[in-house]
Amino acid sequence: MKPTDAAVTWIEEKPLGLAERLYLPLFVQGLTTTARHLVSPKVTVSYPEQRPKVGNPLIYRGVHRLNRDTEGRVKCVACFLCATACPAHCIDIVATDSPWPDREKYPESFAIDELRCIFCGMCEEACPVDAIELTSLLDLTGKSREEMIFDKEKLLSVYDMTKDSEPMKSASLGGTL
Amino acid sequence: MPTVIVDGKEIEIGADERLNCIEAARRAGAEIPHYCWHPGLSVVASCRMCLVETGTRDAATGKISMMPKLVPACQTPAKDGTVIVTESQLVKESRARVEEALLIDHPIDCPICDKAGECLLQDYHFQHGQAERRADLHPFTSRRRDVGPTVTLFVDRCIMCTRCVRFTREVSGTSELMVTSRGAKEEIDIFPGHPLDNKLSGNVVDLCPVGALGDKDFLYQQRVWFMKREANVCGGCSAGCSIHTEHNQDTVYRLKPRENPHVNKWWICDDGRYGWHHIHDASRIVGAGRRASSSTPLESVEWADVITRLRADLKAASRLAVAVSPMLTVEEAWMLCAVARSIDPQALLAVGHVPQAGEDETFPGGFTIRAEKCPNRLGVEGVIALFDPAVRSWNDLVSHVRAGHADAAWITGAYPAAWIDDDTAAAFADLKCLVVQDLFDSPLTALATWKLPAAGFAERAGTWVNVAHRAQAFEQAVRPPAGVWPEGRLYWNMLGRRGLYDPTAVRRQIADSSASFAALAGEIPSTGVDLRIHQLASTTS
Ligand code: SF4
Ligand code: SF4
Ligand code: SF4
Ligand code: SF4
Ligand code: FES
Repeated sequence: MKPTDAAVTWIEEKPLGLAERLYLPLFVQGLTTTARHLVSPKVTVSYPEQRPKVGNPLIYRGVHRLNRDTEGRVKCVACFLCATACPAHCIDIVATDSPWPDREKYPESFAIDELRCIFCGMCEEACPVDAIELTSLLDLTGKSREEMIFDKEKLLSVYDMTKDSEPMKSASLGGTL
Repeated sequence: MPTVIVDGKEIEIGADERLNCIEAARRAGAEIPHYCWHPGLSVVASCRMCLVETGTRDAATGKISMMPKLVPACQTPAKDGTVIVTESQLVKESRARVEEALLIDHPIDCPICDKAGECLLQDYHFQHGQAERRADLHPFTSRRRDVGPTVTLFVDRCIMCTRCVRFTREVSGTSELMVTSRGAKEEIDIFPGHPLDNKLSGNVVDLCPVGALGDKDFLYQQRVWFMKREANVCGGCSAGCSIHTEHNQDTVYRLKPRENPHVNKWWICDDGRYGWHHIHDASRIVGAGRRASSSTPLESVEWADVITRLRADLKAASRLAVAVSPMLTVEEAWMLCAVARSIDPQALLAVGHVPQAGEDETFPGGFTIRAEKCPNRLGVEGVIALFDPAVRSWNDLVSHVRAGHADAAWITGAYPAAWIDDDTAAAFADLKCLVVQDLFDSPLTALATWKLPAAGFAERAGTWVNVAHRAQAFEQAVRPPAGVWPEGRLYWNMLGRRGLYDPTAVRRQIADSSASFAALAGEIPSTGVDLRIHQLASTTS
């Protein structure tokens, strides 16, 4: 589009009024903000000695976990919908026949590259059986890239770690168990 | 010309064409949903998904009289004056009812169903179904029944279209599948002890409009929407069936038949369907290697050096004999002959070993599996004839070498299975230079001066000529493993041509310079061209 295009409307900047030219009122305005922050409660925390408070852990998007079904088996049915939805292409699943008579398909391996993940939560949205969830665990560290590729065991262990503090969302939301 | 009126649009159909209303409507751009009808099978009109309103237009008065009831489009012939209404309220409601009925006791385990993404029940439900469900929703896992070595049946996903049953009765002629029980209890089953085990059994999986029949080879390997498909040709036998190679990230996951009325109709055989695993075999030859003398080990050579050093070695050995494998494409074969003749103008050119297995096998539906287990013998013969009217066979070449008329041999293979025995290979033991280009190690590669890799069928591009002289061109579907140059790329570079190997350029060149391949000059349709028709035309004109 050129500046001369008919769709472009040119407007003139308003000339400065007396208050603006005096500068003082704006100066006072700015100082008030500074002063307000000086006396208001602190929001920064001394991480990692001090842990930040997560508002609502149920909607926080931190490290993933793979939920277990009522019998303690991985709940995931290896439908690949999370991998399909994932915009970062960081979920890798290998599916196979399940070893249990009451289930047909299950993930032989399930890996998420947490370094590649953008924590958008799309995988959680996509899952038809609420098997993958994002927890409120926010400190995600590791010594190597390989360590940051979370496999099935690790993701299940995140579930074991967090299941008491963060119950499966599906239960309260009427989802599958 | 008979005129059919589809949703108010008049279309003309051929005078002696026997179309049903589904086909006629498709010509007019209206897709009538259907499950049980398949163009390759008999009509049973049992699923009722294709119900439409029809009527006739009186030729004299132009008055249209409609039938009071809906009729199955699959069973209603389209004649002159037939009126088809595909989108009326009545038709739409009928489709929604059919979908509703099918879903009443359907497991709806789409998340774990291999068909999801290409399932007609899913597609039609989105297009023609209703949003709300009036029956109770009881998700359950489908029962699974083993019906044969390659196929598994998810009993509760079946919508009883009986396509699979009709296929085994009409096309494979083996009648393994049947319907048991009646009404809502109907199920597909086999007779105890008579599994679905024929050479065409994989086709029932393609035919099944839903996820009831699963291919064990593909089961749970990949979701269908991740795969890309390339129009390819099966290299399993000289029938040259049209296929789609479905792959993701350079891994092939399955082959599917591609409809081609001139070759395979809608089917492929199981040998072809499952005959791709060798291209991902870890024991494939990768990388070029050269042996300084028969007692020293192979040392690997950079591809850039292969181009010059291979030529120099063959030149030094002088009298050359070349086996042009019937697994190569026409373009590759032509370039190989050109390379050989540029090294030794007298080089003997012979068709490589032609694998044979049993007899041609024709099924009641007309599908034939050929005994000649290579895709391009006719093409290679045609190419060699352009260089040397006396087309030699593999046996001629072996006796030629045995008689000591050659100092060097260049044997191309690319065979998926073992093909040469120690005795035959021994004939090549005393050559000054032996070049072997193959997929797998063999007694011949043990003797080779140059051991070069070959490409698998999905890794090459070009044209194959099948047993009926039909030439089909195809593109490369997947990249070969690291260290493998497909034959075409090597020959292209050895001919000193610039840039990337371009099979189309070579094909045009062959077509322009010979009458027998003149048909390859233009754009080749996806169903291929018959080389003979154009030859006849060019000899009579
Ligand atoms: S949170 Fe987003 S980026 Fe991370 S795995 Fe899930 S879908 Fe992929
Ligand atoms: S979407 Fe859920 S059930 Fe499907 S593969 Fe992902 S985690 Fe498993
Ligand atoms: S057959 Fe179709 S509708 Fe039924 S579970 Fe499979 S994908 Fe879903
Ligand atoms: S198994 Fe598939 S093809 Fe056979 S009747 Fe059932 S739905 Fe039709
Ligand atoms: S397709 Fe016509 S009734 Fe099934």
